[in-house]
Amino acid sequence: MNTLLGIAGLKRHFGGLWATNGVDLEVAAGEIHALIGPNGAGKTTLIHLISGALLPDAGTLQFAGTDITRRSTHDRVALGITRSYQITQVFPHLSLLENVRLAVQSRRRDWGSSLRFWRPASADVRMIEEAEERLVRVGLAAAVSQLACDVSHGEQRALELAMALATRPRLLLLDEPMAGMGPEESEHMTRLIASLKNEQTVLLVEHDMDIVFRLADRVSVLVSGRIIASGTPSFVREHPAVRSAYLGDEL
Amino acid sequence: MKEVRPATRIEVALLVAAAVLPLILQALGEDYHIGFATRLLIFALAATGLNFIVGYGGMVAFGHAAFFGIGAYAVALMMTAGIFSAWITWPVAVAAAALAALLIGAVSLRTRGVYFIMITLAFAQMIYYSVISLEFAGGDDGLSLEQRSTLAPLDLANDATLYWVTLALLSICLIALKRLAASRYGRALTGVRQNETRMAALGYPVQHIKLVCFVVGSAVAGLAGALLANQNGMASPSQLYWTQSGMLLVMVILGGVGQRFGGMLGAIALLGLEEVLGRVTEHSHFYVGLALLAVVLFAPRGLAGLWTRQK
Repeated sequence: MNTLLGIAGLKRHFGGLWATNGVDLEVAAGEIHALIGPNGAGKTTLIHLISGALLPDAGTLQFAGTDITRRSTHDRVALGITRSYQITQVFPHLSLLENVRLAVQSRRRDWGSSLRFWRPASADVRMIEEAEERLVRVGLAAAVSQLACDVSHGEQRALELAMALATRPRLLLLDEPMAGMGPEESEHMTRLIASLKNEQTVLLVEHDMDIVFRLADRVSVLVSGRIIASGTPSFVREHPAVRSAYLGDEL
Repeated sequence: MKEVRPATRIEVALLVAAAVLPLILQALGEDYHIGFATRLLIFALAATGLNFIVGYGGMVAFGHAAFFGIGAYAVALMMTAGIFSAWITWPVAVAAAALAALLIGAVSLRTRGVYFIMITLAFAQMIYYSVISLEFAGGDDGLSLEQRSTLAPLDLANDATLYWVTLALLSICLIALKRLAASRYGRALTGVRQNETRMAALGYPVQHIKLVCFVVGSAVAGLAGALLANQNGMASPSQLYWTQSGMLLVMVILGGVGQRFGGMLGAIALLGLEEVLGRVTEHSHFYVGLALLAVVLFAPRGLAGLWTRQK
């Protein structure tokens, strides 16, 4: 197994609460790794710690052989970690095309710095073409010129996914991408994520067990700030500690 | 041949009209008004710089007077030291304003919203009180200019020449603003204004992008300050005072926040209204206030928004 992200002994507290209390976790290159756990288990805190929005009190984070424990969000994105948010974060008064084009433009290694003041951005035709392709791929081909605030919630979530992918991340962090979606939209998003299988490493936080067991190559279970089990979906499903702590009332 | 858009044609027509204005005024024997028109253009320049920060960058800065004043004092102080050439003093005025904005911005941009308003106001007031307590800067009286800057081969002592130079600088600034807004930087700045969190998550250096905007807008104010010192024949502390910052903000709101011609239209409308009303009533501020209310209520995108509505 080729480890892309390695977390060891990670801790973070808020006042007296250890939201992350000694997490060990490995995400292998190329896998879709699901993170599940009851409400308040510390899933979103862990995503914040991996993306750099929060810094840990103890423990280490290794990404592709680099120690990123103290690196800024900015550095981590440059290294290839991109996240999506539980609450939709798009540019509301820009077209879908411009939303994704900005995400494409952010890749400094391909285009250089954004501190260019004179040449029109529209002259970089390849950026626009790539943004269009990415919108087509998430099923938004018909809405490219609409403003982000004018499309449905499900379409905004698909847009976010297109934007996150446009940064060409090595690790994509998806924090409840199906949150607030109806069954149809949710199914569409599940298929989109499934289409990333074998080409994109994903760490996915999700509540819906059916979706998790459909998508994930491996599953880790977070309870009270600790990973209590990690393995294939069937291994986790049968794990006694998991059944009593979390799945017991669902299965 | 590139096709000329109608909007561009209107802009060119306005520019030509503005360029021949001094000739018309001279023909009518109303030379006094050339100075007033220059003043309008100078404030249009300062307000355009502020509009870049407020409207394009989404940062409500309440200390623009500081950079406006720094530009004026830079020219006045260098003149007391015997440096008269605008080729030297105006770029130095711009650089001084930019440097001050770099330092103030680096600290202030750690905050946002109301705190950003307060901290920029506080820095500007600190500069105001520092300047009036400095003897070599003329204290409360300000610094008089021995003469206007020299701008060989032009003769700035001629009112019409100063007007044309100001018009040229304002036009360059407005063209640059158009290019800037469409550039990669301008697009990134729009992203920051609409959703800073998302921009940071995409890996953009959000603080750098905002700081560049703050410095550029303030540097433009520095240039306007250098011009105003020439027009007024002095650098005055009132130019640094917070009411000046407030007036520039009012111009931006009146003209249209984030509209390219917003700063210019706001400056012309506010100063024009004050001038006209000042002749017929003692209570001109009251009517200016009413006009501002009307704009905020009925034209929230400002005067510039009135004819760009279809966009």
